[in-house]
Amino acid sequence: MALIELDDVRRTFTVRAKAGRLKREKREVRAVDGLTFTVRAGECVGYIGPNGAGKSTTIKMLTGILVPSAGRLRVAGVDPARERAALARRIGVVFGQRTTLWWDLPLRDSYELARRLYRIPDHRYRVNLERCVELLDLGALLDTPVRQLSLGQRMRGDLAAALLHDPAVLYLDEPTIGLDVVSKGKVRDFLREVNRDRGTTVLLTTHDLTDIEQLCDRVMVIDHGRVVYDGGLEGLHAVGDSERTLVVDLAEVRPPIEVPGARVVRVEGPRQWLAFPAEQSAAPVVAAVAARYPLVDLSVREPAIEDVIARMYAEVAIG
Amino acid sequence: MADQSPPAHGTAGFGPREPLAARTAWAVRSWWLTAAMWTRAMMSYRASFVMMTVANVVITFLDFVVIILMFQHTDSLGDWTLPELGFLYGTSAFALGTANLFVGTVDALGERIRTGTLDTMLVRPAPALAQICAERFSLRRLGRPAQAAAVLGWSLVVLDVRWTWDRVLLVPVLLVCGTLIFAALYIGFASLQFWWGESGQLHHSFTYGGATVLQYPPTVFAKELVAGIVFGVPLAFVNWLPALRILDKPDPLGLPAAFRFASPLATALSLAAAGLVWRAGLRAYRGAGS
Repeated sequence: MALIELDDVRRTFTVRAKAGRLKREKREVRAVDGLTFTVRAGECVGYIGPNGAGKSTTIKMLTGILVPSAGRLRVAGVDPARERAALARRIGVVFGQRTTLWWDLPLRDSYELARRLYRIPDHRYRVNLERCVELLDLGALLDTPVRQLSLGQRMRGDLAAALLHDPAVLYLDEPTIGLDVVSKGKVRDFLREVNRDRGTTVLLTTHDLTDIEQLCDRVMVIDHGRVVYDGGLEGLHAVGDSERTLVVDLAEVRPPIEVPGARVVRVEGPRQWLAFPAEQSAAPVVAAVAARYPLVDLSVREPAIEDVIARMYAEVAIG
Repeated sequence: MADQSPPAHGTAGFGPREPLAARTAWAVRSWWLTAAMWTRAMMSYRASFVMMTVANVVITFLDFVVIILMFQHTDSLGDWTLPELGFLYGTSAFALGTANLFVGTVDALGERIRTGTLDTMLVRPAPALAQICAERFSLRRLGRPAQAAAVLGWSLVVLDVRWTWDRVLLVPVLLVCGTLIFAALYIGFASLQFWWGESGQLHHSFTYGGATVLQYPPTVFAKELVAGIVFGVPLAFVNWLPALRILDKPDPLGLPAAFRFASPLATALSLAAAGLVWRAGLRAYRGAGS
């Protein structure tokens, strides 16, 4: 079942820039430029792209905050822009940069207020709150005003608040931004639990690719308001022309190795680094090297996903 | 979450097709729930709450002391006596203070847009206007209307009013309508921040400035100003016009007597106008209109 559907969704902003002393120039900026995709119930999708690619604009349209300039958009069968309040009961939203909790209220009061505003049945509220408190380790924090919480604590508090009303979809806009390694780990463990055990559909934007590697089966790369990649994380390598590296330790110092299908990128004493296309098998290269050179040891290194995506952003910028 | 019963994915929401009465009721309820939660949170600092409230009453009372001092030198101002002025002062300050109590924080709209906290209100199922008005609700702001009520009570005791039934009825009507007119001004002018950024101070000339003007009799001002306050920004309906009837005073503009009873109509028009400006502003912010 498709829970999120976008069909050629566009969003332009009019930017007024100063041009001369009194004159102001109007300029149209296409933040989202023809997005078409669907997300099925239960998926966990990573939505990534460089700054200004249109990620936040997309999230704002999916929550009904922003009205699309053109195109068709449905979340849980509802047009978000037209039925924002109705949709609000079916989605959970976490903005990493700002809290959705009430700043001066203790967590407990914030949750209590959410219970009433969302009209959460008592039974569901109790079960959900207990579960969140346990998984996110919030017990000791419930009576602390939100403004006194650390960033990591606040993020955990926000996550609980976003899930108390059993949303069908959870949007996370950079949920791990600014968190330390331990807090990031806690947040990821919790999100995995929510997605796998509870079946909540998750759409998350992030700049931390570890989030994606650990949580998402599907990743969408967006740039200049368009989807430039949509698929599994592994598939990115093929698209991004990435290369694997064969590290060879020879018995003695030799001039750069010459074998078909690979090239030397670095030499350091008896150790040499050979690059070859990621989708190609390592076996023929290894066989060729072993046949002609005195080998001591060798290892194959996978390309770092960061490099792949960095290359992808750069290509889009040039193209 | 590991619970076996199927999660109820939301119930009926309040879309644009809900009748106005149901939406208003839900808005009021949301305001009430939020304000109640803030009150509870504030009450945890009880000592500071009491001190701030007392300070508030004292400071606003100094306002009226200025008027009393003025009357040490004269018996009347524009043919209005001190108790009559007390009536104007009390009604005007009460209306403004109560409006400020209920919707005053709508001022911060520009800041909420800049910091993105308006967005967090827009993803909740309660009306954004109700949420922003109830945010940081504080009973401390009761100080002003309490002090105004005291002055009004004093003036009603001292004044020699010929209490007919319509005059008796006009007093509560005036207080309710006055509060709603000021609330409409707060909301209407704050909504301009959707287009003009943080112009939060602009409306102060109409709310606080207006309330000060209304503390003095219309006879001391130029007729053009009085006319502007009747037909432009409808502040005259807060207390001037009904007061003419209650205190049996001549109208400096010579308007028909019906104007003295027209506050509810002016209130309805002000609220409708403020509601439209808010809606238009929100539409512009979300990008549907403008």
